[in-house]
Amino acid sequence: MEKRDLISKRVRDIPPSGIRKFFDLLASMEGVISLGVGEPDFVTPWHIREAGIYSVEKGYTSYTSNYGLLELREGIARYLKARYGLDYDPGSELLITVGVSEGLDLAARAILDPGDEVITPDPGYVSYMPCTVLAGGVFVPVPTTIENDFQVKAQDIEKRINPRTKAILLGYPNNPTGAVVDRKELLKVAQVAERHNLIVISDEVYERLVYGVQHTCFASLPGMKERTILLNGFSKAYAMTGWRIGYAAAPEEIIEAMMKIHQYTMMCAPTMAQMAAIEAVKSGDEQVEEMVADYDKRRRIMVKGLNDIGLTCFEPRGAFYAFPSIKSTRLSSDEFAERLLIEEKVAVVPGSTFGQYGEGYIRCCYATSLTEIEEALKRMGRFVKRHRA
Amino acid sequence: MNEIFRILEQDARKTPKQIATMTGIPLAQVEEIIKKGEADRTILKYKTMVNWDRLGEEQVWALVEIRVVPQRDVGFDAIAERIYRFPEARTVYLVSGTYDLAVFVVGKTMQEVAGFVSQKLAPLEGVQGTVTHFLLKRYKEDGEILEGEEGPKRMPIMP
Repeated sequence: MEKRDLISKRVRDIPPSGIRKFFDLLASMEGVISLGVGEPDFVTPWHIREAGIYSVEKGYTSYTSNYGLLELREGIARYLKARYGLDYDPGSELLITVGVSEGLDLAARAILDPGDEVITPDPGYVSYMPCTVLAGGVFVPVPTTIENDFQVKAQDIEKRINPRTKAILLGYPNNPTGAVVDRKELLKVAQVAERHNLIVISDEVYERLVYGVQHTCFASLPGMKERTILLNGFSKAYAMTGWRIGYAAAPEEIIEAMMKIHQYTMMCAPTMAQMAAIEAVKSGDEQVEEMVADYDKRRRIMVKGLNDIGLTCFEPRGAFYAFPSIKSTRLSSDEFAERLLIEEKVAVVPGSTFGQYGEGYIRCCYATSLTEIEEALKRMGRFVKRHRA
Repeated sequence: MNEIFRILEQDARKTPKQIATMTGIPLAQVEEIIKKGEADRTILKYKTMVNWDRLGEEQVWALVEIRVVPQRDVGFDAIAERIYRFPEARTVYLVSGTYDLAVFVVGKTMQEVAGFVSQKLAPLEGVQGTVTHFLLKRYKEDGEILEGEEGPKRMPIMP
């Protein structure tokens, strides 16, 4: 009898994660300073945790509506109206998801037919490609470069459009680069989307983490609300990564399609997370602002420090990552990260993990204490001196 | 500008250069503001918070509630000054509520603190009465948690 492949071809074709080996290396080492984290170093503010605990105490342990608690959707609708002037009907245009991760998966599966193409900036978040491919779509990366502060250009997107293109997938503020695209360029992207009748999936989970610039919500651009799937969540702004709670805002037809999948695969987001999120969207603002101000200070120290030791770093205006170039050394991103970890016990994530245009860069997260950042910079400075090209 | 003082309040060892980078304020201006702050008592003191329990050095603290008869014309100020001139009175506040002055007193032993209260504070003219609360355990001080377990750790590498 012929041996069958246990694993589907689709999954086999997804390359293994570029950072798995770092997990293993790190596990065997002591005294490592990790700039490779991907979440806030704040704990969820107490009043939000308290709301979650209270909901468990009071016995809110059953399923909610597939769409998510109405009170939460209403709170989010108010939030989007206040911040971006957007009017989403909480009854039909909002869906509570299990983190933005699930929102992304649902969006891809809801809109993509086999062979449909999705254009997205490279480097970009690691999940964009797998989610597209798992939904049967074709992933089309568009390069972004340091010359443009890693902001995607509308003309570069348009060059890659063909009759099979279904959607543009944007993630700004960006992981891994920390880039924020200015409104002028996003308007051009919007025009491209309209000209070619494309859907735009906009992952704006780092929306609150912007420094000295305004975040432009893609759905708020002229004509974009009816063709944008807006994904956002509570993980980064409210330090709720482990709670697994996010939302999608989109035209009714799309939300209904996403909900169709969600109701069969997930039923609903965790009830206690939803109840905590209600508290977050109601009164979490002050803490968010404090957190952003704190990150800003660390961002400046990190960026200046990297430039001072010879790792040229453009100024990231969003998220909590710096994306310096390692071209002053003789090493590839992977080699740099591995050697840095072994020689100086500092963990960073190689830029190549995020796409081929991330090669030659590393991602340094500044969501960690100033003391650790400063010590890490010292160690990296020694490393760069030793490996200078 | 107040940001400079907020940073120094949290960590007095931050250099003007670091503060300039963190705030985006030019270095020369940061140095000038700090110098002025030191001169005009905006910055009262640079200090280090020490956890004396770890050094095994005994210190006894007490919160002493003092009820006072306020004096004509000067109110509570004169009596407060007589109290705060004692070095043992480390902190003196005028408060609302069931008593008037909250005084934190430190000594080497309970007897020493009790002695100070009964011999130096209570007999002061204008003092109607005192209630002494000895501090038994410090959980958190000035924003710092003294004991407590280390919180859960994050995944060290995440995309």
